[in-house]
Amino acid sequence: MIHRFAALICAAVFVLLAACGGTTETKSSESSGSATAEPPAPAVAPADAATIAGKVTFTGTAPPRRPVSMDATPACARQHDKAVLSEEVVVNDNGTLRNVFVYVKEGLPAGKWPVPDAPVTIDQIGCVYKPHVIGVMVDQDVEFLNNDPTNHNIHPLPRLNREWNESQPPKGEPKLKSFAKPEIGIPVKCNIHPWMRVYINVVEHPFHAVTGEDGSFSIKGLPPGEYTIEAWHERYPAQQIKVKVGPGTTETAEFKFAG
Amino acid sequence: MAIHRYSLLLAVCTLFLVVAGASVTSLEAGLSVPDWPLSYGQVMPEMKGGIFYEHGHRMVATTVGFLTIILAVWLWRSDNRAWMRRLGFAALAAVCVQGLLGGLTVLYMLPKPVSISHACLAELFFSLICAIALFTSPSWRNGAQPVDPAGWFARGNRILVLPGAVLLQVALGAAFRHKALPLAWHVGGAALVTAVVVAVSMVLIMEYPRHAALKRAATALVTITLAQVFLGVAAYMSRVATADAPQPMPVMVGFTVAHVALGALTMATSVLTAILVYRHVRRERDSYAPASEMSYAR
Repeated sequence: MIHRFAALICAAVFVLLAACGGTTETKSSESSGSATAEPPAPAVAPADAATIAGKVTFTGTAPPRRPVSMDATPACARQHDKAVLSEEVVVNDNGTLRNVFVYVKEGLPAGKWPVPDAPVTIDQIGCVYKPHVIGVMVDQDVEFLNNDPTNHNIHPLPRLNREWNESQPPKGEPKLKSFAKPEIGIPVKCNIHPWMRVYINVVEHPFHAVTGEDGSFSIKGLPPGEYTIEAWHERYPAQQIKVKVGPGTTETAEFKFAG
Repeated sequence: MAIHRYSLLLAVCTLFLVVAGASVTSLEAGLSVPDWPLSYGQVMPEMKGGIFYEHGHRMVATTVGFLTIILAVWLWRSDNRAWMRRLGFAALAAVCVQGLLGGLTVLYMLPKPVSISHACLAELFFSLICAIALFTSPSWRNGAQPVDPAGWFARGNRILVLPGAVLLQVALGAAFRHKALPLAWHVGGAALVTAVVVAVSMVLIMEYPRHAALKRAATALVTITLAQVFLGVAAYMSRVATADAPQPMPVMVGFTVAHVALGALTMATSVLTAILVYRHVRRERDSYAPASEMSYAR
């Protein structure tokens, strides 16, 4: 009888492992592997480089920024003199919207754009991710720091890229991670501190920006052409506009999000 | 008698384990410990934030696992009913599989089929322990009080529709909770289960008003189920009301965990009711054989 149950358990484990198999990938599979397959994108002469700049305004009533409760984790609460507020919707004093990822969605010439050597850093400090939204290129490193006196786990929830979940001890070694496929709005959360959330946007080129405290953005170094520019926000539907730039010109793009 | 009390204790511990597991899910703490079976490579990590709930769940689960080993061995050594001895080891096998499912949910980052299976097996395991408590109870030892068949479920194995419908609803609830199905499936299942429960309970209460065991089971079943419907609505409303909150809010967590726990009680009560119907209500096609075969090796 005992053997029968043991066999049952083993069979169940085998079936489950078989069902779950394939979700893990090796480190090499995290690379897009397109470095040699795709020719480089054409270089843009400095005199021809165009700029698209503008701002993202917010109209209507903004939802209130709700306070985060860190009471259950004193190591987090101790680091703040006043309540930490939710960063989901942050409307600046000048009526603009913060944490909007603006990028070139369509119109760039074919080719692979060079990936910057420098990583984009996400710091975990005060049990809050800083910054709240970032943009990176495919295969560009994202550097995760933990400057808190407590453990964090870093858990991206992508739809297209590989999901992973790793812990990082207090003041631990920085973690370098990259994403192999373009994907907008990858939420990354810490399951130990469920209020912690950051969004990573992965694109194939360097033409992107995130709005800050003045709600403005600037995308520089573009080759002349007509582009579809998209503005992505974690809560509101994405918006697109078409912008045409000539050699060395600066054009304006304005987005309006409504509450 | 001692083993009956022990089974009841294990049932209470298992219900607490269900509460702990439901808290982990509601607080989104399931992956706060990325490794398994150890936690951060330790037996006892620092219990803070989501780690408190995830590792706490593992500790309660380990305790229930050890208690189940004791129960299986105890039944093996003291109960002369072969099927009861098998039932003890079935419980042990179930708790082992449940532990492995829990580990796989962590290692594979909450794959929906595994998470849903983990949720369903939790309630089946709880029902199994409750059934063992019933089978070892004095009232079971006293033998059946047979009654004539009445109602649609008295024929064949139709009464299995009752626990079957509840199990289906448990699976639909777990599927909604783990984002595999929309809420409409769970709501539809609630209507179906409520109809089945009310139909069975009303027949039992009206046909056997003097049969204490059947009446008690039917009353408990319909009461728990209706309370469960209320808790389901409350859990949903609290979820909607706190949707903008930056983290899971206590009101939502409280109602949702209570809903899961009462779901386990509904599952177990439906299983026990079906068992009591099998025991006391004569089958329409079979001649009834009194079930007074109990004897315990002391």
